[in-house]
Amino acid sequence: MTIVSALVSMSCSNDESNFSPTEQPLEIPEIFADNILSPIIPTDNPQTIEGVALGKKLFFDKILSANGTKSCASCHSQQNAFTDNTPTSTGIDGIAGNRNSMPLFNLAWNYSDRFNWDGKALSLERQAEEPVENPIELHSDWDNVVSRLQAHPEYPSLFEKAFNTSIISKELTTKAIAQFERTLISANSKFDNYFLGTATLTDQELNGLDIFLREDKGDCFHCHGSPNNPLWTDNEFHNNGLDSIFTDLGLGAVTGDPNDNAKFRTPSLRNLAFTAPYMHDGRFATLEEVIDFYSEGLQDSPTIDPLMKKVDEGGVQLTEEEKTDLKAFLLTLSDSSFLTNPVFQEQ
Amino acid sequence: MKKSFVFLTLSMLFLFCCSDDDGNQPLEIMTTFKFSHNWDGALVTNINFNAIQYTNANGDLLSIERLRYVVSDIVFSNNERTIELDMHHLIDVTNNDMVFTPQESIPSGTYNVSFTFGLDNEDNSQNLPDLNTANFNVPQNLGGGYHYMQLDGKFVNANMEEQGYNYHAIRAADNPGPNPTFPQDTFFEVDLGSIDITTNVEIEVEMNIAQWFKEPNLWDLNILNQMLMPNSQAQILMFQNGQNVFSLGDVSQ
Repeated sequence: MTIVSALVSMSCSNDESNFSPTEQPLEIPEIFADNILSPIIPTDNPQTIEGVALGKKLFFDKILSANGTKSCASCHSQQNAFTDNTPTSTGIDGIAGNRNSMPLFNLAWNYSDRFNWDGKALSLERQAEEPVENPIELHSDWDNVVSRLQAHPEYPSLFEKAFNTSIISKELTTKAIAQFERTLISANSKFDNYFLGTATLTDQELNGLDIFLREDKGDCFHCHGSPNNPLWTDNEFHNNGLDSIFTDLGLGAVTGDPNDNAKFRTPSLRNLAFTAPYMHDGRFATLEEVIDFYSEGLQDSPTIDPLMKKVDEGGVQLTEEEKTDLKAFLLTLSDSSFLTNPVFQEQ
Repeated sequence: MKKSFVFLTLSMLFLFCCSDDDGNQPLEIMTTFKFSHNWDGALVTNINFNAIQYTNANGDLLSIERLRYVVSDIVFSNNERTIELDMHHLIDVTNNDMVFTPQESIPSGTYNVSFTFGLDNEDNSQNLPDLNTANFNVPQNLGGGYHYMQLDGKFVNANMEEQGYNYHAIRAADNPGPNPTFPQDTFFEVDLGSIDITTNVEIEVEMNIAQWFKEPNLWDLNILNQMLMPNSQAQILMFQNGQNVFSLGDVSQ
């Protein structure tokens, strides 16, 4: 069987192309390797040096937009942990969308493989398809994008190196972007180093961690995880009590199930210092507002998650000191090296 | 590769050797465990979730929105041998993950079959990446380790309002903090009784969810609904009510 496979493989590679992309497995941080399952890499889109390089070029290239004014990076900026700093992002026509741009990191560990706030995209490759044609984002057309890439002086050869073919397609374009996005790994926060034994937390930060983990205090861990899960999200969908009347159905609009109304994907708490404003619609400008919301601002509704505590009192009722300590802990999840990593920068 | 080849060759020689020498050797059997759920006999799947449609023994109307729990350490025992499969599996009814086949085979025979609900203390002290990934951890100030079960939903409270409940079973702990104490173990063994296993088998294990609220402790959701993890007495009540939750269902060979 192995011999037959090898023969078939050699036969194909001789017939189609002289290029052989070089495998580039993800560099898995120690804290991930030790504590959580391996990342999800599609078998039909392995990580390669050439694929990642091509994806990075595409990610920063405004050629994907209809009028050449915006790229993926326009709303996913490295200095903001690959999100932007506005409540909702503005597309090429100056029209604001209705969702906050999600930060991009540690995406290969989204085991459910559902992306976007509402879980509409069922893989990272498919996620990369939608913004190109979305009229309030890049407002382009994939046929036109592919034509422009095909006519470009560099892209056909880059696709050939990455995928053994110079014939460009939507599928290969999004595969390359997804490969680059999977390399966006953040695992070097103060808390990561504390967990690895190479940093210390202040008493205030430790008290904040305690509040985070106590079911009778913050009870943040049921959705956002604990020190043993460095993702700081469950990547699941919850109604966290933002509204009593829904204007955005979230997952419910995708599944058509009213039980899913107003459920949105849990965002990671990692890099919160860089990703304001917060929530799916960017309604909270500061971390203080977010903590106040969970403490006193919960709104009851039929689909609110049963994990939300003391809903009738508006939330978990933290003291001002507890709020301050909780914020101090949350800021230890910031990985500033992620913002300056030259590997992720446009070249 | 070389090692694999040698191992493969030796394994084949061993297999041929055994089959030639003794035709009466017991067959090696793969066992599959399938967990099903009911409310006093009425089938419960994730399709039934989210609707307030169940009434517990205390008369509380309730829904189920999330149900997942850990089973571990399956034991097959008879007069000749005891085989313990050192494993664990997260049964996730919400995501329809309710069947698993342990990697290890067992010889055919009639066995008493049992498993552990939750994790014994040794297993619970291990770092288990699959359960970390599932966010099933218990905070360190309660001793760390993992949840045994998360049963979440809503009930109609005394004010006739819907309210969340979190029936979360963990290792009972007192004195939350850096040095918690443990009043008693709250994992438990589930004895499925004797099963004649002659060929590859699927063993159904039934959970009657209503039993968690029924006996010996009548469960009043108006009193015990949320923040039960740091409540060691509530954990012990769950442990007691859990003793008759599971039973043997169909055995298919």
